[in-house]
Amino acid sequence: MTVESGTNPAPVRSYWGITWRRFRTHRLGMIGLCVVAVLFLVAFLSPILANEQPILCRFDGGLYVPAVVDLIHQVPGTGLIIRKQRPYRLATFDFKREFDPERGDWALWTPVRYGPREIAAEPLAGPSSRHWLGTDQSGRDVLSRMVHGTVVSMKVGFLSMGIAVILGLVLGCIAGYAGGIADLVISRFIEVVMCFPPFFLILAVLAWFPPSIENVMIVIGLTRWVGIARFARGEILRIRETDYALAARSLGVRPVQLVLRHLLPNALAPVLVSVTFGIAVSILIEAGLSWLGFGVQPPDASWGTILRSGYENLFTAGHMIPPACVAIFLAVLSFNLVGDTLRDVIDPRLQAERG
Amino acid sequence: MFSYILRRLATGLVTLFGISVISFFIIQLVPGDPAQIQTSQIADAAVSERVYQQLREHYGLDKPIPVQYANWVGELVKGDLGSSFHDGRRVSAKIGEALWPTLSVALLSFMLTLIISTPIGIYSALRQGGGFDRLASTGLYMLYSVPNYVAGMLLILYLGVKWDLLPFRGMRSDGHDEMTTLGQMWDLAQHYVLITFCFTFGNLAYYSRFIRQNLLEVVRQDYIRTARAKGLGERSVVLKHAFTNSLIPLISLIGLTFPFVLSGSVILEYMFNWPGLGRLYFESVLQRDYPTIMALNFITALLVLGITFIADLTYGLVDPRISYEK
Repeated sequence: MTVESGTNPAPVRSYWGITWRRFRTHRLGMIGLCVVAVLFLVAFLSPILANEQPILCRFDGGLYVPAVVDLIHQVPGTGLIIRKQRPYRLATFDFKREFDPERGDWALWTPVRYGPREIAAEPLAGPSSRHWLGTDQSGRDVLSRMVHGTVVSMKVGFLSMGIAVILGLVLGCIAGYAGGIADLVISRFIEVVMCFPPFFLILAVLAWFPPSIENVMIVIGLTRWVGIARFARGEILRIRETDYALAARSLGVRPVQLVLRHLLPNALAPVLVSVTFGIAVSILIEAGLSWLGFGVQPPDASWGTILRSGYENLFTAGHMIPPACVAIFLAVLSFNLVGDTLRDVIDPRLQAERG
Repeated sequence: MFSYILRRLATGLVTLFGISVISFFIIQLVPGDPAQIQTSQIADAAVSERVYQQLREHYGLDKPIPVQYANWVGELVKGDLGSSFHDGRRVSAKIGEALWPTLSVALLSFMLTLIISTPIGIYSALRQGGGFDRLASTGLYMLYSVPNYVAGMLLILYLGVKWDLLPFRGMRSDGHDEMTTLGQMWDLAQHYVLITFCFTFGNLAYYSRFIRQNLLEVVRQDYIRTARAKGLGERSVVLKHAFTNSLIPLISLIGLTFPFVLSGSVILEYMFNWPGLGRLYFESVLQRDYPTIMALNFITALLVLGITFIADLTYGLVDPRISYEK
């Protein structure tokens, strides 16, 4: 650490640059961020981590990369451009059965050799060397289902909060900047939504939509925006009165431009904190809904449905419960850690208090 | 003060009206009305259709939605929540039955939370940054991140099934009626342990941190220095002067979290087969039992509004500096 001499001008850093530098000094926050990154990687790489088809294989004289194609298909739209080659494209094709080493076939398998929907062994078998976390009531590999459940949790966490952020920021900015009737209506509406306990509202709306992961995301997004809207409204109200807002206004900046360029960026910090916690809550709600049977539908895997299978076979197959519990706990804890650290880092008053 | 109360009551009424309208329309838009669910078992299509129409008429579902809403409000004003579409029982009776199991757990867990977290919070604040402070805050933070239903599943698996220590299904064991009075109480108490714990542990971190933070703020005030300067003992300064003044935000926190105790109970009550409000709500949603859902939504909203209102009013009682005149 060198102390900069007085003659050198201090390097100009952006607000987020400063925030990041402060964030890095918090050990727990960094650990949380790392776990989040790992969960993200697991979710994105799930097709080459757990798949019933190999990463690279030689079959009947040809070379194939079926799991890698699955990986590429994670990006929406690529299914039209890159397609699996025959015979992998066929739904009935079972590589494990057709595999014949004497013909010169070989395969580079994924770390977990079973797909999330593949019926691979005896139902409700305990952990073994082949199935590290055992199998569920249909004989599917639990570890593979856990890996693919990560996708659901991450998707729901980020996409539902994405919806919530857009809704919350738009309504919050309108209420905070326009004031008057718009503010009155939006504030009252926020109060109405807040009066429903969130889970009640989500359940009621989900009874309306058919249960699926997309609907779960939408409904969580539609019910979680109120907190963000309140934050945004409060911040805009505060910033609207600052000198730089006045300066921008007197320069003739139009309202929409003013909000988007000058007010909103300065209101984002508290919103970001609330979003980080919101992701944790969304993951929690999704797992809970799936547990109740309103979320992800079988045969698709989610941490909540795995937990549910464990609950339904409590006396015979408790082995499904701890892994799902640990996964949910880790995800919630790491997002909470990141959120807490962000809050400390963004609010300079707290920083001083700690120091 | 009086005009403040009037103003609050007026906005509260508007909010209640909004809530009832929104929930009424959401419920009506849900595909699959109760008549349809109840006739889905009838094999003969013609009979099924006829019964379906009769049921719709019986429940008043054939009328336009605004008329149905007006009827509902009319009954509500008379203090009548209607009858369940599922089993024909009075909604008020169904809710009355479910109220005590939920409320008793909520109150129990609440008392436990305060009893445990207050000393932790005070002690942590007094020894700020010390070993106990750090240990308590890290430990409780970890607990806070364990979702209550996750803890519930683990407790059921280990304490309930593997080690067979505590019951986890419902409020009473099978042979409850044959037990002695003392045995019945012991049985009931055992059934309360796990579910109460699940409701409690997550709040501990929140409350103890909250108490610690408030106390830290209060301790810096001038009147605390005055109290010390006039030679009061440390115990008296902390408990009488500092702690009582840090209670104000606690009241609002209690008001804010209480309604969520009711909503958080859907999964836990279902998991523990607990005959409370959360499970009643879940079952009503599945059965499209409109009157019960409406009543529960309405009562919860009323509770939220009422409790925040009372919390705001108690501010004034606890802290004379707060004025309600604008």
